[in-house]
Amino acid sequence: MRVFRILGRNIRDSFKSVFRNFSLSLASIACIVITLIVVSIAMILSFNVNNFTKAVERDMTIVAFLNRDVSLERVEEIKDEINVINYVESFTFEDKMTISEEMMEESSDFDSILDKYEEREDNPLLDAFQIKVTDINQIEEVANQISQIDGVYNVKYGEGMVEQLVSVFDIIKKISYGVVIALVIVTAFLISNTIKITIFSRKREIEIMRLVGASNINIKIPFIFEGLFLGLFGSIIPVLATIFGYEALYNTFNGQVISPFIQLIVPLPFTYFVSLALIAIGILVGMFGSWRAVKKYLKI
Amino acid sequence: MDLIRIKNVEKTYKTGVTAIYDLSLNIQKGEFVFIIGSTGCGKSTLIKMLYREEKPTSGIINIGGINVSKLKNRNVYKIRRKIGVVFQDFKLLPKSTVYENVAFALEIFGLPNSEVHSKVIKALELVGLKHKAKNYPHQLSGGEQQRVAIARAIVNGPKLLICDEPTGNLDENTSMEIMKVLDEINKLGTTIIMVTHDTEIVNKMKKRVILLDSGRIVKDYKEGEYVHEGV
Repeated sequence: MRVFRILGRNIRDSFKSVFRNFSLSLASIACIVITLIVVSIAMILSFNVNNFTKAVERDMTIVAFLNRDVSLERVEEIKDEINVINYVESFTFEDKMTISEEMMEESSDFDSILDKYEEREDNPLLDAFQIKVTDINQIEEVANQISQIDGVYNVKYGEGMVEQLVSVFDIIKKISYGVVIALVIVTAFLISNTIKITIFSRKREIEIMRLVGASNINIKIPFIFEGLFLGLFGSIIPVLATIFGYEALYNTFNGQVISPFIQLIVPLPFTYFVSLALIAIGILVGMFGSWRAVKKYLKI
Repeated sequence: MDLIRIKNVEKTYKTGVTAIYDLSLNIQKGEFVFIIGSTGCGKSTLIKMLYREEKPTSGIINIGGINVSKLKNRNVYKIRRKIGVVFQDFKLLPKSTVYENVAFALEIFGLPNSEVHSKVIKALELVGLKHKAKNYPHQLSGGEQQRVAIARAIVNGPKLLICDEPTGNLDENTSMEIMKVLDEINKLGTTIIMVTHDTEIVNKMKKRVILLDSGRIVKDYKEGEYVHEGV
C-alpha cells in the first residue's frame, strides 16, 4: 500500500513537473520529436527495403528442364526425388503439352507451328519443374542437386545474377538495421544530454530532496517518470506523422515505387507497428536519459 | 540523557585546511544550544557534520544512537529523516506551493494523504502560516519563507532541529518572530542547535552558548551565563 502511494505521488509530481518546467520540458520534447521522426523515416525505409528484398527472393525460382524422352512415370519419380531435397519449399510441374496449348492460344504463329505435334513424344518443347527454395542462399546447392537427377536436361536459376542480388540485398539490410540502431543510440544520448541540461537547473531541487531525507531512489524515480512523460509526449507528433504521412505517401505513389516490381508495404497495420516501436523508443530513451542525468547529481 | 555525543572529532578538508580540532561535545535531549564564533571558526563545518553533509576525518558523532560519522553516502537519508535543517537561504522549492513544500518531507515516506494533510496543517499552524498554504514562496516575505522552511523541518517530528543562521537574511523584528517560533518548538521537546552571528539574539534568549574559535571550543556557557558586552 505504502509503495503504491509513493509511486502514485511520484507519477503525479513528475507529471506536474513537466508542466511547471514547461520551457525546459519543451526543449527535451522537441529534441525527442525530431529524432523520433528521423528514426521513423529510417524504420520505414529499412522495412520497405526488407519487404522488397523478401518479395524478390520469393520470386526466385529454379527452372529444371527435363530430357525430351522422359516418360510421365519417370516424372512422378522425379517429383519424389525433388521432394526429399533440403531447402525445397514447393515446386510445380509444367507439362510440355499444357505449355504448347497455352502458346497456341496466345498467338497464331505458335498455333501454326505447334499444331503439327499432337503426340507427346513429338512435342519439341521440354517438360519443366519450377522449384522454390526456402532459403535464397541455398539456391545454388539445390540447383546442383536437381541437375544430378536422372532425366533432368538442364537447370536455370539466373546463375551469377542471383548471387549478386542476394549479397547486395544482404548489405542493404545490414546497413538499414545499422542505421536504425545507431539512430536509437544517438537519440538516447542526445535526449539524455538535453535532460541533463534541464536537470542541471534543478540541482537545487535535488539538494532539497536530499535534505529532507529523500533516499536516492526517492529522488531518481520522479525524474525517471518525468523522462517517461517527456518520451511519451515527444512521440505523439512522430506517431501522427508516421500514420498519416505514410498513408499519404502510399496513396500518392499508388503503393509502388518506379515500377510495379517495387511494392510498398500496405500502411495498416504496418504504421501501427512502427508507431508502437516509436512510443517504446521514446519512453525508454526518455527514462534512460533522465536516469543517466540524475545519477550525476547523486554522487554525495 | 544525551541526544548528541561528539567525541574527539577532527575535520581536515581535502585542501589541507583543518576546520575542527579534536572536538568533544555532548548535547542533551530538549536543549537549546547556540553555536557562535567569528567567520571561519568551524561552526558551519561542525553542524554540517551533524546532518552528514560532511564526514569527520576522525572521531565519533552519535545522534540518537546512529553513528553519523560512519554513515555511507547512500544511507545519509536515514539521519536526515530524524533531523530537521533550516538554512539562511530557506531552500524552498520555488515552483511548489507552501503546502507542497511542507508536505514533500512527509510524502516521501509514503504516509496516507489524510495523515499528511493533518500534519502539514499542524506544522503550518505552529509557524502561523496556515492561511498561506496555497501561496508560492515568491509571494511571501523573507520571514514567512523562513517559517515555511521551519514548518518543513519539523513536520515529521524530528528530535533535533539544526538551524544554520536562520535569521541571517532577516531584519531584527522578523528575526525575533522566528526565535519565538523556535523557542516554542523547543518547548514542545525538540532539541535545537542554532548557529548564528547575531549576539543580540543570543543575549535575549539566555540559552546554552558554545563559543568556537579556530576549530576548537573556547567556552561552553551554561544557560543564562552568556552576556555579550558589545563590540
